[in-house]
Amino acid sequence: MNELAVPSFAGSVRAAAARGEVVVQPRMGFGAPDRMHAGLLATRAARATTVGTITLDSYTRVGDLAALRRAAADGVDLNGYPIVTTDRAVTAAMLADVRTGGFPVQVRHGSAAPELIVDALADLAVDATEGGPVSYCLPYGRVPLNKSVHSWATATHRFASLADRGLTPHLESFGGCLLGQLCPPALLVAMTVLEGMFFRQHGIRSVSLSLAQQTSQVQDLEALRALHLAADRYLSDVDRHVVLYAYMGMYPRTPGGAGGLLADAVRLAVRGGAARLIVKTEAEAYRIPTVAENVAALEHAAAVAADTRPWTAPVPDTGLYTQAVALIERVLDLDDDLGKALIGAFAAGYLDVPYCLHADNAGRARSHVDDEGWLRWSSVGAMPIEPDGTPGHGPVRSADLLAALSYTQRRYDESEESCGELAGRRAPALRPA
Amino acid sequence: MNELARPRPLVLLSSVSSDSHTWNLVFLQLLLEETGHDVVNLGACVPDELLLAECAAQRPDAVVISTVNGHGHVDGRRLIARLRADERLAGLPVVIGGKLGVGGGRDSGLASELAAAGFDAVFAEGSDVRGFVGYIDSVLPALEPSS
Repeated sequence: MNELAVPSFAGSVRAAAARGEVVVQPRMGFGAPDRMHAGLLATRAARATTVGTITLDSYTRVGDLAALRRAAADGVDLNGYPIVTTDRAVTAAMLADVRTGGFPVQVRHGSAAPELIVDALADLAVDATEGGPVSYCLPYGRVPLNKSVHSWATATHRFASLADRGLTPHLESFGGCLLGQLCPPALLVAMTVLEGMFFRQHGIRSVSLSLAQQTSQVQDLEALRALHLAADRYLSDVDRHVVLYAYMGMYPRTPGGAGGLLADAVRLAVRGGAARLIVKTEAEAYRIPTVAENVAALEHAAAVAADTRPWTAPVPDTGLYTQAVALIERVLDLDDDLGKALIGAFAAGYLDVPYCLHADNAGRARSHVDDEGWLRWSSVGAMPIEPDGTPGHGPVRSADLLAALSYTQRRYDESEESCGELAGRRAPALRPA
Repeated sequence: MNELARPRPLVLLSSVSSDSHTWNLVFLQLLLEETGHDVVNLGACVPDELLLAECAAQRPDAVVISTVNGHGHVDGRRLIARLRADERLAGLPVVIGGKLGVGGGRDSGLASELAAAGFDAVFAEGSDVRGFVGYIDSVLPALEPSS
């Protein structure tokens, strides 16, 4: 295979951005190669500017190769594509058929120990993957943070060496999505920038920085602005783009509510300058979506994007960027080695993910959704920022937690359409800093 | 600790080995604590061996397995076989609940399969939480009422 004939993931996103198009991308993973193949072809054929996704299964994620062998023997339906144990020739043939005509593919996995996965990517000349030493560790299991940092350093080095073969290895940090919901965005911005810097320290020259849509369109717009500013400040010497995730928490159950929430994510991506958007489908509240449901979501997103103009009015500044910089600087002060700095920061509680059960997370930070739908810190633990919410207001009873987790689902199901503050063309109300 | 001296019944809460989701566990811990139970929350991606060891060490009054990644019917069946094979844990009530397969509405048969495999009760997605708490209380040993 002529590797250079495969368009690079980063280059495809950059080219789309130059044309003024947002790249839309599904979450998609099937255990059987023929179904994975069909899903990628359908993504490519969608009436939208797309890139393909291969999401790996949970056994591959935790490195349980014995479970994979049992599942294969028993014919069990996996929740993703087992790229490590599937015959490389089978995956290579699938990719050769798919990666044509400017269609790149990203592999998504969620592993805190991704060495074997990255080896597979290198064998298959896949130039884009995702994760990070913190974002694929703390929210996702019980691998100790120092072990994840070590694994990610090794894996990132190996992935970066794809550049020696003329490829452009591109790593996306998942740090803007910690636990998916209820994390105030300043910590998301700080985390994804820090992981981008970790990747750079281990040889990567092309990164994407993530942010998950949260509970307020205005706050999210401010967060995207903060993310661009922080990326320009700390990662100006590498190729980079911003990727937005359509809401990752409890999803609306009505088709109107689900479609409206996705439409608001699209508007946020265009207005906030995100080059790529990870979509969700109308089936999200119920089950893993089908290929057809994913295609429908991609096409819906592309149609809304075509109708949306970039935001030119002022974006409110309530101090989100200042909080993110304070968090980043506190970490950078700890050690020149970013892996050591991140481990030290979590040990000291300078970084503290609310509601995260991992043993290496301090667990003192708490957040809540305020009356205007903004995510606020009710407690910051030892983080170098001020609480900006009502002290002690964090959901502490199960009913309160469920209400916060389902806030977005309820709001969109009740309106059965877009209900972001930015749905219309009105400028966002400026809030005091 | 001798379980007979406990003021509140102890529930061991856990996910299965391949499942990384934790909001379900955070919610269930709060719910069980509010309804009068002590909870040991083992978190996400709990290997079978760790769960068995914690059961033997903590001697919980009940075990609640919560999983939503779609592998629950596979991981759950393997786990309950190992739990039931362990003589130290004879008679321990063990329930499972959540999103148990990847097929949505096509997963309706999985609950009865898991019950047949040895779980005392199975709470498929959409089950009523009060029914769940009521069931847990019904299988707990009688304890001295706490003040």
